[in-house]
Amino acid sequence: MRGLPPALITAIVLVAGFAACAVQFPNIASTRVVGNLLTDNAFLGIVAAGMTFVIISGGIDLSVGSVIGFTTVFVALAIERWGMPPLVAFVVVIALSAAFGAAMGAVIHVFDLPPFIVTLAGMFLARGASFLLSTESIPITAPIYSNVSDFALRLPGGGRLTAIAIIMLAIVIGGALLLHLTRFGANVYALGGSRTTASLMGVAVGKMTVKIYMLSGLLAGIAGIVFSFYTSAGYSLSAVGVELDTIAAVVIGGTLLTGGQGSVIGTFLGVLIQGLIQTYINFDGTQSSWWTKIATGILLFAFIALQQGLVALARRPLAKSAGAAT
Amino acid sequence: MTALLPRRGLAQILALIVILAVDRVVSPQFFDLRLQDGRLFGSLIDVLNRGTPVALLSLGMVLVIATRGIDLSVGAVMAICGAIAASLADTHSLAVVLAAALGAGLICGLWNGFLVAVLGMQPIVATLILMVAGRGIAQLITEGRIVTFSSPDLVWLGNGSVLGLPVPVVIALGMLILTGAVVRGSALGLLIEATGGNARASELAGVGTRAMILSVYVWCGVCAALAGVIAAADIMGADANNAGLWLELDAILAVVIGGTSLFGGRFSLVLAVLGALIIQTMNTGILLSGYPPEFNLLVKAVVVLTVLLLQSPKLTGFAGIAARLRRTKP
Repeated sequence: MRGLPPALITAIVLVAGFAACAVQFPNIASTRVVGNLLTDNAFLGIVAAGMTFVIISGGIDLSVGSVIGFTTVFVALAIERWGMPPLVAFVVVIALSAAFGAAMGAVIHVFDLPPFIVTLAGMFLARGASFLLSTESIPITAPIYSNVSDFALRLPGGGRLTAIAIIMLAIVIGGALLLHLTRFGANVYALGGSRTTASLMGVAVGKMTVKIYMLSGLLAGIAGIVFSFYTSAGYSLSAVGVELDTIAAVVIGGTLLTGGQGSVIGTFLGVLIQGLIQTYINFDGTQSSWWTKIATGILLFAFIALQQGLVALARRPLAKSAGAAT
Repeated sequence: MTALLPRRGLAQILALIVILAVDRVVSPQFFDLRLQDGRLFGSLIDVLNRGTPVALLSLGMVLVIATRGIDLSVGAVMAICGAIAASLADTHSLAVVLAAALGAGLICGLWNGFLVAVLGMQPIVATLILMVAGRGIAQLITEGRIVTFSSPDLVWLGNGSVLGLPVPVVIALGMLILTGAVVRGSALGLLIEATGGNARASELAGVGTRAMILSVYVWCGVCAALAGVIAAADIMGADANNAGLWLELDAILAVVIGGTSLFGGRFSLVLAVLGALIIQTMNTGILLSGYPPEFNLLVKAVVVLTVLLLQSPKLTGFAGIAARLRRTKP
């Protein structure tokens, strides 16, 4: 695929959108707004990084929203009712969600089932489990929570880079390194390109599938903890529908839903574009929240149509494109 | 698989009977029916009535899945069409209301079909667009409010009765017969299955695969529109946020329980509707048992996994081998 990489197009859309918003509302171009943008979308950025791996490998994970919901309830109950030290609760819940992801990956591989329907079952299961734990919203009062919410790096211009924003940035950078610089990352692309080819090349397809879904589950668990920091509460209905926002962010970030193409940085930019639309609507005040959904839908369509065009270009007869290239 | 299930559909019927029996144990009055004001009442009628929206959705969904597609947008389409019906109900006649709502569903279906059949997008992605944007459009129509209406004609669609049966049930039954007559009474069903089995081979064999795919999405949109109108008529209002929320998943589930493979190529309308009834019987049973309704999700997850494992190509392979081994034994 020659020409602009899709992630760069996302970046251009983000910068252009940001500039357009800043022209109308000069206050948007401040570190305060940017800091809030990162904080408000921290959990989305984390879970979207995991989803990027799954989608590049040719799969999909619908369970992430429910896993976030489960994590917030579990953490809240563990800290407030069961008297677990917060850090122990975090480790336990991350291990649980990683194991949950791994189990889904194993079912997908061993029984050769479509990821869509297996993770759909996972979505029901995780949401049902969080309802079983508790159906009420449980406030978390542990000191670590107020410490984390108070912690922030001061940015010039009065902005605050909060702890959860820093966690998100670290995970995005770590995810990008993992995807682009390691054998694991290369295998993820290989799997998305063609499972058969990857398997013939010596990639352990089964192990990789389990690991990829485990990574997605693990990041959903971390996103859940971050979400509980963000709201200081655990609620079984939190993060309903987040899987859709996540998939939308990944697609807007230039990742091909058929697999084999994409980047974590693009996904991060996709998350920021969604956040920017939300911020613009908040600033404007006259527009209603439903325009967020419509605008996201339009963006989704634009990016998918663009990808479709790029793929069609890449599949042109070779002789013609070779002639054009030289 | 054939070793386990002598006839197609037996497993689903058995499952429904088992769940009905469990419901009978949980609630002794489960099978009681009484006639009041020319209308039947009872838990069984309730199951049929409540199951109508998912049954209608699954009628459209099963055809889409038969072409190896999927339609995630049906819940959002329900919300759009319910919103249109509710906003027009008090000022226009029933015919105009129905035409507008079903027309909107048709347009939504055309859009999905266009993306999949003409632009060649992956069905999950193509319908995801309308799933995300559709709820926004529905809220745009209702301006974020819950639009209520009192038009007796539209209310009758949700709460009236014909020959003792609730109108929604009669509509769903009518749609089942209509769809069945169209796809199984002609070669259409076969062509749809051919498209799902191998689109390229069908195309080469002269099947208009593009038209097939386009028409199944349109039909799915119309079924979703009807379900949306009935859902709105039932509560005498349209709630853009919650109408049809997550029902696309229930509809897919109903189709999968009905034994239609997500890999396309074969389908059964009756079994898909049976799947919808199984889901609703479970829901009603859990409600009657006094367990919190949240239990539903766990039970559903277990049912999906069981059905999936039964359908798994790998397990079918094992069953096939086992059957062959048994046959070769003297």
